Amino acid sequence: MTDLTKLTLADALDGLKAKKFSSREITQDFVQAIEASRVLNAYVVETPEKALEMADAADARLAKGEGGKLEGAPIGVKDLYCTKGVRTTACSNILGEFTPTYESTVTQNLWDEGAVMLGKLNMDEFAMGSSNETSRFGPPINPWRRNGDNAGLTPGGSSGGSAAAVSGDLCLAATASDTGGSIRQPAAFTGTVGIKPTYGRASRWGMVAFASSLDQAGPIAKTVEDSAILLDVMCSHDPKDSTSLKVDQPDWRADVSKGVKGMRIGIPKEYRMDGLSKEIDALWNQGIEWLKAAGAEIVDISLPHTKYALPAYYIVAPAEASSNLARYDGMRYGARVDGNNLTQTYEATRANGFGREVQRRLMIGTYVLSSGYYDAYYLRAQKVRTKILNDFVEAFESCDAILTPTCPSPAFAFGEKSGDPVEMYLNDVFTVTTNLAGLPGISVPAGLSADGLPLGLQVIGKVLDESACFRVGGELERAAGFVARPEKWW
Amino acid sequence: MSVRTPYTIKGDTGDWELVMGLEVHAQVSSNAKLFSGAATAFGADPNCNVSLVDAAMPGMLPVLNRFCVEQAIRTGLGLKAQINHYSRFDRKNYFYPDLPQGYQISQFAHPIVGEGEIEVDVEPAHGGEAYSFTCRIERLHLEQDAGKSIHDMDPNSTYVDLNRSGVALMEIVSRPDVRTPAEAAAYVKKLRAIVIALGTCDGDMEKGNLRADVNVSVCKPGQYEKYRETGDFSHLGTRCEIKNMNSFRFIQQAIEYEARRQIEIIEAGGKVDQETRLFDPNKGETRSMRSKEDAHDYRYFPDPDLLPLEVEQAWIDEIRATLPELPDEKRARFESEYGLSRYDAGVLTADADKAAFFEAVAKGRDAKLAANWVTQELFGYLNKEGLELSESPVSAEDLGGLIALISDDTISGKIAKDVFGRMISGEGKPADIVEKHGLKQVTDTGAIEKVVDEIIAANPEQAEKVKEKPQTLGWFVGQVMKASGGKANPKAVNEILRAKLGV
Repeated sequence: MTDLTKLTLADALDGLKAKKFSSREITQDFVQAIEASRVLNAYVVETPEKALEMADAADARLAKGEGGKLEGAPIGVKDLYCTKGVRTTACSNILGEFTPTYESTVTQNLWDEGAVMLGKLNMDEFAMGSSNETSRFGPPINPWRRNGDNAGLTPGGSSGGSAAAVSGDLCLAATASDTGGSIRQPAAFTGTVGIKPTYGRASRWGMVAFASSLDQAGPIAKTVEDSAILLDVMCSHDPKDSTSLKVDQPDWRADVSKGVKGMRIGIPKEYRMDGLSKEIDALWNQGIEWLKAAGAEIVDISLPHTKYALPAYYIVAPAEASSNLARYDGMRYGARVDGNNLTQTYEATRANGFGREVQRRLMIGTYVLSSGYYDAYYLRAQKVRTKILNDFVEAFESCDAILTPTCPSPAFAFGEKSGDPVEMYLNDVFTVTTNLAGLPGISVPAGLSADGLPLGLQVIGKVLDESACFRVGGELERAAGFVARPEKWW
Repeated sequence: MSVRTPYTIKGDTGDWELVMGLEVHAQVSSNAKLFSGAATAFGADPNCNVSLVDAAMPGMLPVLNRFCVEQAIRTGLGLKAQINHYSRFDRKNYFYPDLPQGYQISQFAHPIVGEGEIEVDVEPAHGGEAYSFTCRIERLHLEQDAGKSIHDMDPNSTYVDLNRSGVALMEIVSRPDVRTPAEAAAYVKKLRAIVIALGTCDGDMEKGNLRADVNVSVCKPGQYEKYRETGDFSHLGTRCEIKNMNSFRFIQQAIEYEARRQIEIIEAGGKVDQETRLFDPNKGETRSMRSKEDAHDYRYFPDPDLLPLEVEQAWIDEIRATLPELPDEKRARFESEYGLSRYDAGVLTADADKAAFFEAVAKGRDAKLAANWVTQELFGYLNKEGLELSESPVSAEDLGGLIALISDDTISGKIAKDVFGRMISGEGKPADIVEKHGLKQVTDTGAIEKVVDEIIAANPEQAEKVKEKPQTLGWFVGQVMKASGGKANPKAVNEILRAKLGV
């Protein structure tokens, strides 16, 4: 019998519908795989009982010929999403054993369509990080290793648990979230597909907030088609989120196979920056050739304010975070460390509850919003943000989608960059621009590094034009014929 | 109406004047909070009117309550103010246990309502004639209330009640146009009357639903005028803000104390520190709460969870069309429709309930008489007993009935006072009381003539004397009234006496 955990989401859904196997069977397989793969540290909460209960309910509906778009499909959930009755901590000590009494809109959408929850996935603390090393539970480990090297590699971050779980066949697909690249970079590091939709496509209600104007939900999946299937269910208009958009959702799954004939693909010259590895540069050129061969027109474009994106991002995101995380004061929920008076209790609670990277960002954020510094930092960063958006608007006058690398390097080893925050932040250099501009971006695995590690290409679309991402992403996937899988060592 | 005269305080170095601006926090009348669906009802058990949003649970997001916006616009229109088509919500960041989010959502840079003005009627506390002045409004913005910290339930802990957390407040900021303690109280009174009339705030100061912060500074005569000419605040003294006062009396006491405190400091060669102060009603003094140096850096920035608030003119027009009659308009109408004096009209329209009561009494009756009876007899009685109008033992209908009895000469004004006393003690409707006690006025001239003849016959000397001294006619009137048990129509008595005595 085939290993059900290796199926794509699309194939699994077909198999479930055709009753080739039951939801209980595939769920059971995943539960066992998760248990056997704890060394990967992908899950921080496993919910096997809940999973089997949900699987049985799905099977009952499937037996009656009913069922939703994800009926019976086992999914992993990033620990950022509040899940009713299941501990949710955003992998931070400060949330202690916090167990929500409510379900986030995105995950509720999944359960409403019959998905099965396997558990909560590891992440950087409050989604702040690019290597998942800031998690209170320690980092998940990338199933991929360099050729002939047993060193543990990061699956990227902040959605490292989601990426490791999908790549390691520990779920059919996973929810993730992206504030500066937290879906796309881990996808690129693990040979998986990740898409961040247009800001406002998915509700933020019930997602632990990092930076409200940048945070956006999205999936990590095994294929472009799978990512389209999951994204379709995750997105919805939600009156409980004032920034949620009331817009139509096209048939993204159908877009995946439409091809790129006649599309104009923009290549931004500013992304050919110093320090970009030769093999990534080469892969980018390969991507251009594939698209050209498939009938796309290649257009040189300019995004002149790109170099200001990272600094602007590291002002706006910490500023919003410093305010969003003020609610973690030990008063109503989560962990509290008592002091002799109120101020000491606040200080002890937050000093113990937040890790070093979160503390660093809270201090940066507090600083840039302070009176006397606001105009020089926050206000200026917001102006840069507008300029970056305008760059894209202008560029999209001459192209339909933009092709770039996802990351400047393949997955790196633990400890390799964690000593230098600025070097770590450079991981986001190609991805933050879309968050600042609110645009959709997808990362698709397109090749391997000389060391045998997966490399991703990113496709950026216009506002609300996820369809372009799926069309180009689908073409890249077919052209690359990326079938490499991590060799199972765990 | 008299004019506004300068209010001065004598110091050792000469006269001083006061300059004040007020910030009034008015709780928006709304069933639900500003950004959550939780209820706002007063008196609920602690922490029962709290939603996940109000408690700032992880992942919760604010959603603006449209009705609260409508109420703010309505209030702005009542203040004859500019309604801003674009406004925005900002976060004001600080830590306190009764502020679960760690920030208050407010409007800092772009308030929903801009400049307006109100006409304030002042009755000086130390005598003097009533007058009015125009107070400019700088802005009105919407913001969330915080929860309540309760420090006295336990010696070692503070309890927090989040029922108020997230309730919508309107902060209404005046320009520094207020010049006396009485004017400050009158300003709050007028503002209160306006929001009550609009139905945008219940004005209940005891519950803290309307409270005032007063910025007080002192200056030498002439300085204020320089400020008004130039707009340059450096002509004025350093201000102190006295927080959170919820009684007209406290507002005036606090200002008087604070002004003297500042004058003493300056005259002793010191400098007033800009700071926030609290009024202690028990000691009758203000004390420092925090100095400017300790002031929080609130790190205001636009709330990224909320979109800018865009208000279309059509909606503003729609709200304007439903505005009720405001106190000033009502007073003008009372003057023209009922022929009342500006003073009486002002007293009756200061409070919507009083105005409605008066109109019920006056409807179809002698309005001036009704105004006298309502303001003097009834309000006099209620004031003396410390009762609210809603607790009045006499209904508008019954008081109207009494006035009708006076107007149609069934009873005299004097008898009416007796009947009114009996109405207060619960004897029932005025007509029934008159009937029961036989108080009906005697207007039968034959009967009165008979009494008059008897009295003239019994007092021939007086009858002679009155012809020379007509002012002694009153003695005869008194005798006749006495003989009739007060029931004779005084007008008829007068006429008959004059005819018979040839006066």
